[in-house]
Amino acid sequence: SFQKVIFYGTKEKKKANLPNPFLVKSSSSIIIIRRSVSALTLSTSLSVTVVFCALRSPRTKKMAARFLWASRAASHLRISIAQRGFSSVVLKDLKYAESHEWVKIDGNKATFGITDHAQDHLGDVVYVELPDLGRSVSQGESFGAVESVKATSDINSPVSGKVVEVNEVLSESPGLVNTSPYEEGWIIKVELSDAGEVEKLMDSDKYSKFCEEEDAKH
Amino acid sequence: MRGGSLWQLGQSMTRRLAQSDKKAVSRRCFASDADLKKTALYDFHVAHGGKMVPFAGWSMPIQYKDSIMDSTVNCRVNGSLFDVAHMCGLSLKGKDCVPFLETLVVADVAGLAPGTGSLTVFTNEKGGAIDDSVITKVTDEHIYLVVNAGCRDKDLAHIEEHMKAFKSKGGDVSWHIHDERSLLALQGPLAAPVLQHLTKEDLSKLYFGQFQILDINGSTCFLTRTGYTGEDGFEISVPSEHAVDLAKAILEKSEGKVRLTGLGARDSLRLEAGLCLYGNDMEQHISPVEAGLTWAIGKRRRAEGGFLGADVILKQLQDGPTIRRVGFFSSGPPARSHSEVHDESGNKIGEITSGGFSPNLKKNIAMGYVKSGQHKNGTKVKILVRGKPYEGNITKMPFVATKYYKPS
Repeated sequence: SFQKVIFYGTKEKKKANLPNPFLVKSSSSIIIIRRSVSALTLSTSLSVTVVFCALRSPRTKKMAARFLWASRAASHLRISIAQRGFSSVVLKDLKYAESHEWVKIDGNKATFGITDHAQDHLGDVVYVELPDLGRSVSQGESFGAVESVKATSDINSPVSGKVVEVNEVLSESPGLVNTSPYEEGWIIKVELSDAGEVEKLMDSDKYSKFCEEEDAKH
Repeated sequence: MRGGSLWQLGQSMTRRLAQSDKKAVSRRCFASDADLKKTALYDFHVAHGGKMVPFAGWSMPIQYKDSIMDSTVNCRVNGSLFDVAHMCGLSLKGKDCVPFLETLVVADVAGLAPGTGSLTVFTNEKGGAIDDSVITKVTDEHIYLVVNAGCRDKDLAHIEEHMKAFKSKGGDVSWHIHDERSLLALQGPLAAPVLQHLTKEDLSKLYFGQFQILDINGSTCFLTRTGYTGEDGFEISVPSEHAVDLAKAILEKSEGKVRLTGLGARDSLRLEAGLCLYGNDMEQHISPVEAGLTWAIGKRRRAEGGFLGADVILKQLQDGPTIRRVGFFSSGPPARSHSEVHDESGNKIGEITSGGFSPNLKKNIAMGYVKSGQHKNGTKVKILVRGKPYEGNITKMPFVATKYYKPS
């Protein structure tokens, strides 16, 4: 089932259709987060749209309170929210490599692609070099490339395994990597050869921090 | 950092996305932000969301909030405003400035009507290109020229050395480097209508290649109807203290249709127009004949010579050059600089010097050099990208038809 949750900051309190109702107090802020999660952690597919909008009359205390509230809401929904200054989307259920690939583990199969942070820095993707089916990949090694107008970037495999599926749609529509890096822009699926390797990857919090630190250096 | 290499610049954008030991990240010369020069519009760029990157010793915007693809398309549909103040503008003055310049460039400067200009090439003794430049004869005693930012030091040293020698023989020439001015490029279908709002002079009478000194938005500007995108447009040299105001006025008059555009899109546009990027498609060892710029060598100059490397160039004009610059279409990933070009049997016949994905044509385009004899349009080739061959063919340039404003 599909559940859409939108939180409005208005003069009236609004209740959301969630196990714990979230109450929002006054002022003109709208918070909407969007993300889809597979059937792994929830029995139903949940789509929530959350976006931070500028406050018309910012009062720092209220903003901080709202932000704290939003973090609690987000963590209940098991999603990371954008910190001010670092505006890429980082999903909580995924694992991340330092070379900006994400992995979704599903039993002994892993799906990966490049993160929102990566596609944002790369620019419009014009070509994705996909590996052949059946090819083996190793953690940390390059198996393909993503090209933008101005740059080419290797895609490194976050885990080792055998390629069982590649996203052929990307040959026609490489731009999906930009518009939907975690969903339609998935790049390959592999059969894991060593499930333990997943431990070496970062979780969403670590990855968010990693990205912030990287951006701060430049 | 190597001047003119926007590809390497693009590599710097991927930063740690690329394997640092394999990619250009390690090849790039890192100038700390404190060492980079800033144009008069630096703060303006940052305020408009410009992503600043090092380029030829300057901190320049590679793009703004819109993507390079959108920016490139917007230039041809509406218009773009580029900050090219990093490029070096200078004036040569004196009774003998024309004969002096003729010793250094291939153009027929004497034959230019006052108020007109042309693209030309500064040559070296071997007939190779030191730099390409747009020169304008303002009057018989005043030449205005613009050279590439990456070649500034090299070009100025070259000109100065020859000027000293020329003066020691009694020649009357002096120069002034216009560091007090900033160059802006306004390109696209809306360039003329928008600029017309800001000046009383009738721009419909200013044709491609022509020059005028006039008042724009309240300041005295050098205006040339030229550009490096293939579109109709202007390069405006404005006193630096008025540069921001002029940029603001242009953007306002266009009601947002003309957008600030960065170097990323500028590179895509010039590639679509089949224009050389010095440092990639033209270098010290490549002659203007090989680069397909024979048209820039004045007829009288082809007969008389009188410029550095004339013997080499005149011989190439007679016998034909051994390599030629051509355009390519290809399948697969975009062909980039230094990709090898092979014939259908797998023999190496040339090399790509710049290439990328064309946002306007939505296909891969590239330019490079191939052996003469293999350079005909339609010739099927194989281009090696990351070790794998991909189908391609030679095609004529420009890839996107130019729209220069010429008298009908």
